[in-house]
Amino acid sequence: MRDAHGIQAEGLAREFKGGIRAVDGIDLSVAPGEIFGFLGPNGAGKSTTVHMLTTLLPPTAGTARVAGFDVAHEGAQVRSAIGAALQEAALDPLLTGNEHLRLQTALHGMPKAERRRRSDELLERVGLTEAADRKVRTYSGGMKRRLDLALALVHGPSILFLDEPTTGLDPQSRNALWTEVARLARDDGVTVFLTTQYLEEADVLADRVGIIDHGKIVADGTPAALKAEIGRPSVEAIPAEPAERAAVARTLERFGASVPGSPKGVAVRLDGGEEQLADVVRALDAEGLHLQHLQLHAPTLDDVFLAKTGRSLEGAGDDELDAESEPEPVPA
Amino acid sequence: MTSGPLLAQVVHLGRRSVLRTLRQPVNVVPSFIFPLILLAVNVGGLESAARIPGFPTDSYLDFALAFTFIQGALFATTNAGTDLARDIQTGFLNRLALTPMKSAALLLGQLAGVIALALIQATLYLTIGLVAGVRPESGVLGVFVIVFLGVLIALGFGAIGAFLALRTGSGEAIQALFPLFFVFLFMSSMNLPRNLIEIDWFRTVTTINPVSYLIEGIRSLIITGWDAQALALGFGLAGGIAAIALAAASIALRGRLARS
Amino acid sequence: MNSFVSVARAVAWRGIHNAFTNPSILVPSLLFPLFFFTAFAGGLSRVSDVPGFDFPAGYTAFQFVFVFLQSAAFGGIFNGFAIARDFESGFARRLLLAAPRRTGIIAGYALVALVRWAATASVVLVVALLSGMEVLGDPAQLFALALLGLLVNVAALLWAAGVAMRFRTLQAGPLMQVPVFLTLFLAPVYVPLELLNGWIHAVASVNPATFLLEAGRGLFAGEPTEVGAAFAIALGAVALLTLWALRGLKSAESAG
Repeated sequence: MRDAHGIQAEGLAREFKGGIRAVDGIDLSVAPGEIFGFLGPNGAGKSTTVHMLTTLLPPTAGTARVAGFDVAHEGAQVRSAIGAALQEAALDPLLTGNEHLRLQTALHGMPKAERRRRSDELLERVGLTEAADRKVRTYSGGMKRRLDLALALVHGPSILFLDEPTTGLDPQSRNALWTEVARLARDDGVTVFLTTQYLEEADVLADRVGIIDHGKIVADGTPAALKAEIGRPSVEAIPAEPAERAAVARTLERFGASVPGSPKGVAVRLDGGEEQLADVVRALDAEGLHLQHLQLHAPTLDDVFLAKTGRSLEGAGDDELDAESEPEPVPA
Repeated sequence: MTSGPLLAQVVHLGRRSVLRTLRQPVNVVPSFIFPLILLAVNVGGLESAARIPGFPTDSYLDFALAFTFIQGALFATTNAGTDLARDIQTGFLNRLALTPMKSAALLLGQLAGVIALALIQATLYLTIGLVAGVRPESGVLGVFVIVFLGVLIALGFGAIGAFLALRTGSGEAIQALFPLFFVFLFMSSMNLPRNLIEIDWFRTVTTINPVSYLIEGIRSLIITGWDAQALALGFGLAGGIAAIALAAASIALRGRLARS
Repeated sequence: MNSFVSVARAVAWRGIHNAFTNPSILVPSLLFPLFFFTAFAGGLSRVSDVPGFDFPAGYTAFQFVFVFLQSAAFGGIFNGFAIARDFESGFARRLLLAAPRRTGIIAGYALVALVRWAATASVVLVVALLSGMEVLGDPAQLFALALLGLLVNVAALLWAAGVAMRFRTLQAGPLMQVPVFLTLFLAPVYVPLELLNGWIHAVASVNPATFLLEAGRGLFAGEPTEVGAAFAIALGAVALLTLWALRGLKSAESAG
């Protein structure tokens, strides 16, 4: 179902017992039909944000509207408009794929004939038709994730939440999932809110990216704009003959200022961006200089995170208090 | 998409619960076998106790059969609890919470597995008892009442297991509490009638312990016939435990789901 | 020999330290035998009114001996759980890598089982004495009973260790526990052998645990009976189960 409202959050916060603010007043806006990548290290507040937006956890401050409904006061309407594949695959190992879909469609109130048709359609879409009558405990990690996605799509939601959907998957399964997510947004107009630790995933899939750290949004924009914000690409050349190093340096310096590189190489920041790479190659060739290695270094989202927080995104969450794994508050 | 009536949801969740229970023979089979082993051991070892002056029946088997239902119900507690705890740990409960499922449907559906197991257990224990020579004084109707009371007790114990699962979210915690339930069973009139327990403080404990009355309710249908007081206490306590445990589990479920 | 002793001591120190500094480990192992003693001696005391029951020291003492030996057996089994847990967590691999004489590891676990059982048995004894239990055996007879308990404890530990080292998972717990449970309970638990009838009498008559139980009760009541047979069975079980445990150790070693 095509989404017409998207997601908006203002000052959204969640405080746990002991004063832990896992999400510390964030503002978010996701346009209808957009794929929004929510990036951050372990413990940054990604899953807590998703749990609030999907009504599984009430916010302790702020507001959020999903598909036009208030998460705090119109929970049932929100849930009818969204699908979610959360961090755990959330499957019953003793049930088959078919039985999962049967249960899910039944709980959404679908008539019996419609349940069968919809189950078959989704199984085919995620490539699980042949495994449908096997118990889930016999499924591989990739198959479980695909079934998870199918279950999230059962009722044709207009907004889809995916919480680290490709963690632990092999490259093939990951690519398959990316393809399906992109198709959902492109062809079905589904808004996708995707959390991930993988820079590549956000880069490849997301129309816009939000980066969260310690419960606060530190950057928000398209991947290209965020990267452009922090700098232009650089090129590094390692000469085949060490004696030609000075000559290589003189040639490269025509294209931009020198920057630190590897001990054997020469690196400059390209004033004209990536497009200048061809000119660099032609210039070096014209001077008769031979290279052992030539590399373009483009800014990554990790560089964006580093610029905003002073830390690298990869490995940033490993030693920190993991608010993501904070259990849901035990009822009094 | 609408949510559908409560009954339909209970049926769907109940179907899943029953399937899941029956697909775990490692959990299900001991719940049949252990009570029978303990029955065989106790009857074999205490048969001569039927010769104690004032013992209410000539057959210790008739006296002891009731206990198997209670022990079976104890397994129901741990099975229901660990299954629900697993749903919490795997996130499956969250998946259900995102559907239009009513909370009551989850609990009742969950307990459908307990009821199914209890029915099979009760039928098995009674069949074995009948084959071994037990003849319930309450007749054919009494057999159905025994099954009904057995299932009601299992429902109450299963609801306790569900409550513990929802409060702790941990199957290990429930397994760790299993011995505590065992204490309740042993500190009851499972082995001797209360009036034949010599040690005063032990007799007092068994008199306070509600499990004694659950056992005595079933036992009365086998060795006495239609004992209004024993049945009233048995049904009353079984119903009371079930009602309180279901209420507690509902409150715990509301807190666990915490959804708007 | 030195390295065997040092390995055994190191493993024993760790197990004893963990057991006595962690209430969650210590308390259940103290409470359960007490609970069984209370339930059996307290709840079933009228069984002494059964015609033909003539144990001289009374029903409390009759049940005390059972609980004494049962706690020895289950004490060994619960330490088997600890061994399985060590394999699951990977700690056992650390022990296997570090120990120059790996048989010392089993000896260490056995020492832990013995020390823990000694604590448990002492608590149960004190409670039983406070409840007015009569002790009719002389010191030598009581010492013999304690020795019997020790052998039962070691035998049970060796059985459980063998299972734990073969399967290396806590899921093998029932396999450790159920045979011992059945062996103990298919013996004259509630009444003497001569008051059992039917199939249970036939089974109990050939059950080795019956000899241990009857001998133990006889020693406690000052009327020793079948003591030689009981010790032969206990020592034989220890010898056989030592082989079982050593083969289990080999299995664990070859699994890496």
